[in-house]
Amino acid sequence: MTALLQLDNIVKTFRKQGKAFHAVDGVSLAIESGQTFGLVGESGSGKSTLARCALRLIPPTSGTSQLDGQDLGALSRSQLRRARAGTGMVFQNPVAALNPRMRVQALVAEPLITHTRLRGPALQARVGELLDRVGLAAEHAQRLPHQLSGGQCQRVGIARALATNPKLIVLDEPTSALDVSVQAQILNLLRELREQHELSYLLISHDLEVVRYMSDYVGVMRQGQLVEEGPTADVFAKPRHDYTRELLDASPGSRHNHQLVASAEPVTIQL
Amino acid sequence: MTITQKKPEPALKAFVPFGEGPLGRLGRVLRTDSLAAVGIGLILLMVVLAVFGQWIAPFPEQGMGQTNISQRNLAPGALHWLGTDQLGRDVLSRIVMGARPALTVSLFVVAIAALIGVPLGAIAGYRGGWLDEVLMRITEVFQSFPPLLLAMVTVAVLGPSMTNAGIALAICWWPWYARLVRAEARSLRDRPFVEAARAMGVPTWKIIGQHILRNCSTPILVQATVDVGSVILAAGSLAFIGLGAQPPSPDWGLMVAEGRGMVLTSWWISTFPGLAIFLATLGFNLLGDALRDYFDPRQVKR
Repeated sequence: MTALLQLDNIVKTFRKQGKAFHAVDGVSLAIESGQTFGLVGESGSGKSTLARCALRLIPPTSGTSQLDGQDLGALSRSQLRRARAGTGMVFQNPVAALNPRMRVQALVAEPLITHTRLRGPALQARVGELLDRVGLAAEHAQRLPHQLSGGQCQRVGIARALATNPKLIVLDEPTSALDVSVQAQILNLLRELREQHELSYLLISHDLEVVRYMSDYVGVMRQGQLVEEGPTADVFAKPRHDYTRELLDASPGSRHNHQLVASAEPVTIQL
Repeated sequence: MTITQKKPEPALKAFVPFGEGPLGRLGRVLRTDSLAAVGIGLILLMVVLAVFGQWIAPFPEQGMGQTNISQRNLAPGALHWLGTDQLGRDVLSRIVMGARPALTVSLFVVAIAALIGVPLGAIAGYRGGWLDEVLMRITEVFQSFPPLLLAMVTVAVLGPSMTNAGIALAICWWPWYARLVRAEARSLRDRPFVEAARAMGVPTWKIIGQHILRNCSTPILVQATVDVGSVILAAGSLAFIGLGAQPPSPDWGLMVAEGRGMVLTSWWISTFPGLAIFLATLGFNLLGDALRDYFDPRQVKR
């Protein structure tokens, strides 16, 4: 069985004032269908860049990314565009990820208009169904993003990512901009949706507790390289790499508490 | 595991300007900003004159150019409120009748300029790279000429008429829209919602229309409003030097030119059409400022 997402030796080099900077330095990983792969590492370690290379939102300098056995790099622009129906992405800043001029209805309908022939009442019905699935009421459909809370915006983002029934959803720090109480709600929603829709997640987070709560597999990134990888329980129980141990020690409550705890991250209030 | 959806989180009521309806917001702008009210008043007056001019003007035939030699060069008085010109035509009537061509030409010029400049700017700004370089170098070629000079050259080639003056001005004006929209597009293209659209596989032309242009409609609208005033002035300038509207059409710039030889003896022939140009330009500038405040209530006015 081939993996749902297979990354081979991805390298992404940025040039800054003539100096080459390896944001991602030869990372390979595979995500099996139905699995959640958690990618941890401090900021600047290349997690987000890797995810963007995986979906070919930015072209990797070298290396291949295969979705369902299909090399995304070999596709033409329009083929790649169509292939995006098979993936979804949820962003860190839930408010900024929504066009401020579009109503919730239009935001959730956008991927459907792009990839399906649903129009009119059928489209509206599908949007309503998606909103219901992420825990939003029908009345929210007519709101603009600034009229919603951060948590509600993230629910819209999730509904949008789900719209085309993708197999893989990339979650780029989906909860780090949210209130602690809302974080748990969103994570529970994501877990529930994973069961219902047999989704696979590539979860990016700097919050170890979030990764532990969500993932089957964990990869630890440092300076563009995947320094450790393995089943979540193993990595958390006996980390092999020094850096992983450092990360675990630095995480608040990690030694005592195995529940999802309130993160000590400063809570960013999105206005 | 279930989602505990407690009370629905209330919409942020703290953003007062968003809480009120569009009419309420208009009312607030008008109440708090008297200049905006003046601007809107001037524009409304001009629109009314442009639409109903032939019923408002006391001597509509003279407004269109019918001469009345026995009555020439009369000072402002009871019958001719703003006097008559050297061919005996009522100056007030000609100013009133001049509103429609002035407004039509400037709307036409701004529409053409925006129609060319906005898409080019959006494509250049969104795509970047060599396409951006090429498009921007082209706009710079156009911008490197003084605008009125370029318009004069164009009219000299095409022949002087109102339409050609409009075409000439549109050629001078579109680069400004291209630059404005390019700057907006460049800052918008890296915003997360644009990346989200790309991740969804939305086609490029739709991203530009739906996500880029829709989010820079306010600066475009403000710029266009101010430009309508500027084009009235520029079209008047072209007419003044004989490259725009031709006699006997009731054009404000042309009227200033016709009266300039007698400005010491019959000052009213030039002064009042000049005043009309000034008020129209002022009105559109004030309206542009008002629109900026209306659409962007968070921007604090100094």
